[in-house]
Amino acid sequence: MSILGLLQREPTHGYELKRDYDAYIGLGRSLPFGQVYATLARLARDGKVLAGEAEPGSGPDRKRYAITDVGKRDVEAWLTQPIDPEPHLQTVLFAKVVIALMLDRSASGYLEVQRAAHLQRMRELTELKRAGGTMDALMADHGLFHLEADLRWIDVTEARLHALKEMVSR
Amino acid sequence: MSTAHVPASPAPVPTGSLIEARDVVKSFGETPALRGASVAVAPGEIVAVMGPSGSGKSTLLHCLAGIFKPDRGQVWFDGQRLDALGEAERTRLRRTAFGFIFQFGQLVPELSAADNVALPLLLGKVRRKDAYRQVAAWLERLGLQELGHHRTGELSGGEAQRVALARALTIRPRVLFADEPTGSLDSLMGERVMDLLVDLARQEGTTVVLVTHDARVAAYADREVMVRDGRVSTQSRAAAVPR
Repeated sequence: MSILGLLQREPTHGYELKRDYDAYIGLGRSLPFGQVYATLARLARDGKVLAGEAEPGSGPDRKRYAITDVGKRDVEAWLTQPIDPEPHLQTVLFAKVVIALMLDRSASGYLEVQRAAHLQRMRELTELKRAGGTMDALMADHGLFHLEADLRWIDVTEARLHALKEMVSR
Repeated sequence: MSTAHVPASPAPVPTGSLIEARDVVKSFGETPALRGASVAVAPGEIVAVMGPSGSGKSTLLHCLAGIFKPDRGQVWFDGQRLDALGEAERTRLRRTAFGFIFQFGQLVPELSAADNVALPLLLGKVRRKDAYRQVAAWLERLGLQELGHHRTGELSGGEAQRVALARALTIRPRVLFADEPTGSLDSLMGERVMDLLVDLARQEGTTVVLVTHDARVAAYADREVMVRDGRVSTQSRAAAVPR
């Protein structure tokens, strides 16, 4: 979905998508070229992107890709839906925030729904802890502490949205 | 025992809420704290009020509790305009219908734990013997029966907070206002206090307005409302109140 989101800014080539993914979303983890093209091929098959004609030049990456209306609807839905609150979500949370800012969508709105989803999960775990024994409490605590860390990240990110917006805007 | 009933006026208040702020504005000098905050809490609900430092969440609690009078907007409690009452009437309401628990400094250090818990009852003209009978029962419910004669300065933070909880609940308030009630406690003791607070509130049918910046504390509530820049920015959907 991050690739699709990046494509919504404007039609572009695979290598530019990889470059922007690595720069803004990868957080130090580079996206392999092979994965970029495999993803684009799958998106084209599903009618979410259109591949242009091959352009003159050397190398494999001579096609410009454009998002379709189906793809745009997917991105819009993705940006407003909270992800399932589980530990270690930072990469997905971050990708949603960055792409929302790039597309001038409400990143703070997304963070609000994500916060609500996290708190709902924390309520469920707290109830499990209160109703169960020590083992349940320890299991629930592990989830609660990780979700709490996500929530702190959400709060700090919200406070830094303005700076992040400037950084990812073209 | 003096009961905590507030006469219900012929209520124009809709929604089935027990306590409600409507577009409340409150400033301190030139500094705005609330800029049109609205929230409604149903009977028996436990609601966490969250938000960054300086967002106005504690001011909102103080307005709901009738401690602060809003500059504009309305506060309703059980069918009557709290903000339209005089100071004496609001004080009476706070003594009879509301309980309070704060982070620090709420107990009288020169008095014993039992005397602290008895205070609201004695102020409410409950006979001394009856008051102390009820105090003994509350101390037992909170696991403090051995500590009743201790001065509160001799208690640990968790014990002191449990005494404060007993004192807040002893008048059987309709609404318990809790402002960062575990803020001075370590994690495990904070959980113990929250477990007791929620258990007792459920047993007594007490509505709770809980201000906290701590998501782990907020997770004890039925739902949360977020306060930002003096307004309620989001509210999670009201769940059915557990019975």
